[in-house]
Amino acid sequence: MSDQRDNYMFGLGVLKGLGLAFRHFLETYLDDIRHWGKRYKSPEGIAYRASKDVRGIFTVQYPDEKIPVPEEFRFVPFLIYEEKDGVNEYRCTSCGICAKVCPPQCIWIVRASDPNTGRPIPDPADFYIDIDICMNCGYCAEYCPFDAIKMDHNYELASYERTHNVYDKTKLGKPVSYYASIRPINYQREETARIEAESQRAVRKSHA
Amino acid sequence: MGNQNIAIESDLLHIFPDILFHDERAGYEGYIIKPAHLLSFMQRLRDDLGYDYLSSVTGVDYLPEERMEVVYHVRKSIGGSPLVVKAQLSRDNPMISSVVSIYPGAEFQEREAWDLLGIKFEGHPDLRRILMWEGFSGHPLRKDWKEGYFEEDGKPFKSRWPAGHYKSAEEKNPLGTNLDFPAGFNPESWVPEPEVALYAGLTKIERKDEETGISTEQVIVNMGPQHPSTHGVFRMAAKLDGETVVGLKPVVGYLHRNHEKIGERNTYLGNMPYTDRLDYFNSMSNNFGYALAVEKLMGINPPERAEYIRVMMAELTRIVNHLALFGFLLNDLGAYFTPFLYAFEERELILDIFEAVSGSRMMCNYFRFGGVARDLPEGSLEKIKDLVFDRLPRKIADLDLYITNNEIVRHRSEGVGVLTPEQAIAYSTVGPVLRASGVPYDLRRAQPYSIYNRFDFDVAVRYHGDVYDRYLVRLDEMFQSLRILQQVLRDLPEGSIQEGKPQYQVRVPAGESYGCVEGPKGELGFYIISNGKPNPWRYHVRAPSFINLTPLESMCIGSKIADVVVILGSIDIVLGETDR
Repeated sequence: MSDQRDNYMFGLGVLKGLGLAFRHFLETYLDDIRHWGKRYKSPEGIAYRASKDVRGIFTVQYPDEKIPVPEEFRFVPFLIYEEKDGVNEYRCTSCGICAKVCPPQCIWIVRASDPNTGRPIPDPADFYIDIDICMNCGYCAEYCPFDAIKMDHNYELASYERTHNVYDKTKLGKPVSYYASIRPINYQREETARIEAESQRAVRKSHA
Repeated sequence: MGNQNIAIESDLLHIFPDILFHDERAGYEGYIIKPAHLLSFMQRLRDDLGYDYLSSVTGVDYLPEERMEVVYHVRKSIGGSPLVVKAQLSRDNPMISSVVSIYPGAEFQEREAWDLLGIKFEGHPDLRRILMWEGFSGHPLRKDWKEGYFEEDGKPFKSRWPAGHYKSAEEKNPLGTNLDFPAGFNPESWVPEPEVALYAGLTKIERKDEETGISTEQVIVNMGPQHPSTHGVFRMAAKLDGETVVGLKPVVGYLHRNHEKIGERNTYLGNMPYTDRLDYFNSMSNNFGYALAVEKLMGINPPERAEYIRVMMAELTRIVNHLALFGFLLNDLGAYFTPFLYAFEERELILDIFEAVSGSRMMCNYFRFGGVARDLPEGSLEKIKDLVFDRLPRKIADLDLYITNNEIVRHRSEGVGVLTPEQAIAYSTVGPVLRASGVPYDLRRAQPYSIYNRFDFDVAVRYHGDVYDRYLVRLDEMFQSLRILQQVLRDLPEGSIQEGKPQYQVRVPAGESYGCVEGPKGELGFYIISNGKPNPWRYHVRAPSFINLTPLESMCIGSKIADVVVILGSIDIVLGETDR
């Protein structure tokens, strides 16, 4: 680019700037007319305002409108349980990898043990996450070998008291169907991998 | 040039016999200098050998060996990798000559080393604490210093699993007993001292007009820490003669959380999300620098596709940063929030991509050692293409059209806050501040990392060194970033995005490494020392926002107080990184 230092636009710059603001103002109303009745509080309208084609005003009027979050969006972990005959079976085996990898160390796990033998059993007796400390990095979900802990999509967690922010096992637990609904692509991929692994195990068993 | 470099470096030991030695420790590089000869060595290094650009000064506490080490990274402003020189001191009374007289850019960095490690620099013009407050007792980065809620030297803490009975830090340390005062200190009777040392650097002079007999007094005005123009909690104590600035001392540290100490407690992987919080506008490029430093120690390289994705994210981040800066800078210039929102509209669209790819808009935490966290999700590549080929070029050209020749912008910024090329190099400035002063220094070209040597782009450079040129350099850089992005999108290969299996406990061999990237604000470096354990022994961040403040006083002297706001805006600091 050439040196433009002798290229003043006296008075014109201010007018040009005002013109731009005015154009933007007009475009907002033109957009309103073009998308009559669909620009606000409708999924198409929100998608349009978050797209590259938006011309007028692009603000989304939260909380009346909410931008849908992408699948990978992560906010505070939850524990997955499978509903079997009315009992919630947590996938967690209390292996402790999430507690070890957690950067701010906000995960606390009490490993369950057999009341008769005292030996540890793969099930969490207690599972706490202090969500005041959680930094939403997503490592627990990323490194969990059992797909037992995943990141949630719910970002509206305001509460009246700080003590409400230590989530225990019951509050953290959510059914598999919920996981499948917020992260369908990931869920599908993991299910396919699991079925494949199981069939391979079956093949190995029949060979043995 | 490469050959010449090697020749000089093999000669170094001959030029400085008996005072310079090879660092022979396994995994270490560079030289060890006898502390008594530091100044004469540095003088010759700068004057005769072309190492005119001091990149970083820091200290390392080797507690087991009862030793303190000062580490210098010295560069040539024509490019190449840094020369690493260390001086070893006793731990009880570490003292060394200050290099501020040779490299003025060491001023803040030496103050930081004094503050956090207790290394005394003889001959430093103003050796005060910089990040901690005056009156703080102890030096927090020393290995035997422990923080308030200290639990263990390194994570993971044993109390979390398998018997992790939840207990909050406040429960363990109830209010009233969670404080530790130095002996003989009573908070009830304590009276805060005025900041004598700070104001001593700003002595006032009274002037008397002979004819009228009117005497004028210089006044000291404190701008900040709560001032909208300081972009955070930053304070400037300015000495004014009328409206003209005659002296100015920046005061930082209001957002200090000892990121480096936290980093030394963290595991290597666990520290990645913490780097997001340094310069929170550019978490992607912070991740990049940290990943490079640790990968260098581990001796791994990410696969091709991951390299391309990394560059793509780093360049998108650069555009985000410069757009945000334009918004803020124009706010500082008085164009109240209209241009700011226009710039932020584009930023939002890029953050949408970051959110889809990494899961978070700002705290991306997307890079892993040997790759990236996950592949680009379906549809995001099309979105990036739409932005890079269509919308962004159009919109950035719009910004250029409406701002660049606006008479108010030009009147307010031309000739303001001038930094000459000699000053810019001497003060160790980096990034757009350095390049606006006519020094074509960009790490992507000077010491190419990742795959930047494959792309065709120009180093943006301007020659007046004023606020206006710093604006123009950033404008040029956005166009160059778009050029790189277009090549990345053209060449992006298929394949894996992670070298080997993703691991949560990486094995990092003992040694030192310095990984640096050309972030949007300049050279962002991570200096890491590993002793083979799961946590780094030393973790230092060479923060561009912090070091770029060193010449603030000389840039501001002679200008009006209103211009100080604009000059500060043009340096582009983020307090999360300045204060660390």
